[in-house]
Amino acid sequence: MASITFREIEGSSPRYWFLLGFIALFAALGLGAAYYMEHHGHIVTGMNNSIVWGTPHVFAVFLIVAASGALNVASIASVFGKVMYKPLAPLSALLAFALLMGGLTVLMLDLGRADRLIVAMTYYNLKSVFAWNVVLYTGFFSIVAVYIWTMMEKKMNTYSKAAGMAAFIWRLILTTGTGSIFGFLVARDAYSSALLAPMFIILSFAYGLAVYLLVLMAAYTWSGRPLGDAVLKRLGKLLAVFVAAALYFVFVYHLTNLYFTKQHAVEHFILVSGGIYTTLFWVGQILIGGIVPLIILLNPALRASRGLLVAACLMIVFGGLAQMYVTIIGAQAFPLDIFPGWEEKSAFFDGVVHHYAPSLPEVLLGLGGVAIALAMVTFGIKILRFMPDSLADAEVDPHAKA
Amino acid sequence: MNDSQASHHSTSEVDEHRRNFIGASAALAGLTVAPGVVVYGLAHAKPDSEPVTNKVRWGLLVDATKCAEGCTDCVTACHTENAIQTGALETDPHWIRKVELKDMRTGRSQSLPVMCQHCEDAPCVDVCPTGASFKRADGIVLVDRHICIGCRYCVMACPYKARSFIHETLTDQNPDVPRGKGCVESCTMCVHRVDRGQQPACVEACSKAGHNAIIFGDLNDPNSDIAQRVAGHPTSQLRADLALNPGVRYEGL
Repeated sequence: MASITFREIEGSSPRYWFLLGFIALFAALGLGAAYYMEHHGHIVTGMNNSIVWGTPHVFAVFLIVAASGALNVASIASVFGKVMYKPLAPLSALLAFALLMGGLTVLMLDLGRADRLIVAMTYYNLKSVFAWNVVLYTGFFSIVAVYIWTMMEKKMNTYSKAAGMAAFIWRLILTTGTGSIFGFLVARDAYSSALLAPMFIILSFAYGLAVYLLVLMAAYTWSGRPLGDAVLKRLGKLLAVFVAAALYFVFVYHLTNLYFTKQHAVEHFILVSGGIYTTLFWVGQILIGGIVPLIILLNPALRASRGLLVAACLMIVFGGLAQMYVTIIGAQAFPLDIFPGWEEKSAFFDGVVHHYAPSLPEVLLGLGGVAIALAMVTFGIKILRFMPDSLADAEVDPHAKA
Repeated sequence: MNDSQASHHSTSEVDEHRRNFIGASAALAGLTVAPGVVVYGLAHAKPDSEPVTNKVRWGLLVDATKCAEGCTDCVTACHTENAIQTGALETDPHWIRKVELKDMRTGRSQSLPVMCQHCEDAPCVDVCPTGASFKRADGIVLVDRHICIGCRYCVMACPYKARSFIHETLTDQNPDVPRGKGCVESCTMCVHRVDRGQQPACVEACSKAGHNAIIFGDLNDPNSDIAQRVAGHPTSQLRADLALNPGVRYEGL
């Protein structure tokens, strides 16, 4: 293998600044939306006292899950010693860092009292899964920062395997924590399952790699650097495995629920009668986010088309957002069964499916988080050497067939 | 007037004096004892200087057989006491609501109030990242408004839909019950009244309406009305399968 040279992108073209400006515009809109929500209260959102986590959480949790998944490429290089992934590793770590930052920004700005961030950082209830996550997030930032340092600083290279291993283990724990935010909720029928933690890990593999591939292709195409088919073929095949595994976990999760009589009502809601949630599940999560990309990624002829590869990744991202919408909002829309065997009615909407429609500020805040992540990557690759000069086939794998 | 008449007259005069004396003494005694009774009440109320103790476990018992369908006096009293403005919007806060139930098999209907169940092992307390959601030693579950960050994880965790998030700026608050936009809140069992030795507003209102469907008291005190009712009658806990040991019990459900 030829020696790989990492170099900053020039980032001086009008196109680069236009891209950065475009991303910054969305970040600014997101921050403006957060200010608007903070000023007026959540009354200006679609959220209410039945559905307290809405669109911002869909984006935030997606970004957080994708963040840990994006680090996988680096882990495969450092932990599993796959040489081909080595040149891809720094960008993977940067993307992981940026996605987590974007997700956490959304989560934080959606708080009822975002001004009390310092309270969240100084008061800990150690039994709370949320509190564990605060520790896991800050730990992830630190470990990934050190990991990037060991990869980019020649003198530190010998430690990169150890740092990569620490990051890999930490990301598994982090996504276990994210899944457990829901899995440890006994109150709601759609949750209270240990399966949610490993399921979130598998989902993170798929979402993170899809986002990584999109960023990789965009960065190399727009900066005019060569990106060979060998890398894309390898990553595309890996993505197919992840998407298939994600579908398997979703299948087992619903199969378990379908076997338990007490879970039949919530399963019927999600799979059959839930309106938008049913549509998003079958069409968004399963068809667009799973089956169609799988067909593209498993078929060598289709996979060879970069356009279709981009489409498959975009579909996986869309499917991921649909999955989060169903998992987070759909689960709340289904009413709590406080009196099993009784029909319930009250002024507080007991016993009825709860209504939610996303509002513009929520969507803007969510997109703002995506923009913050993308801005960090776009700027990061300009100021530091995250990207190899070339990922042409001959550079990454001399034995690859042209 | 003969002697006997004179003697009778003097006897009745003496009786009258005696009666007046006894009456005045009783009144005086009453006046003397009254502050003592108040002090006794306050002593039971817990002086501010003393910490809350776990010797007491405050609880509520709702007798569903006495709760009248359509009556919302407990809800109104709660709103008045805690200065809660609520309406028909899904964003409006509800600390207590009347739930109308219909048995899916028999069609039998029932009506009862549902509020924070003040669980011993409260899921809202478990999940709160900052510890803002907490349980007092005497079993009352509260939110510390100073460290609630408004994450709503407790709302997600509560199996009783007992918590509300405040979606907009509040006005006309009761100084005893501080609340605020961006925080989560729920029934406090009228802790400000309980600490003064009074009953929660819903309990008082139900009793005033003549239903006496909600009783309040110390579940740990075997002599209390509530403890005896719970010990002597079949009562149930909402979502007993979750084993949260709520401080609110239901009879006749």
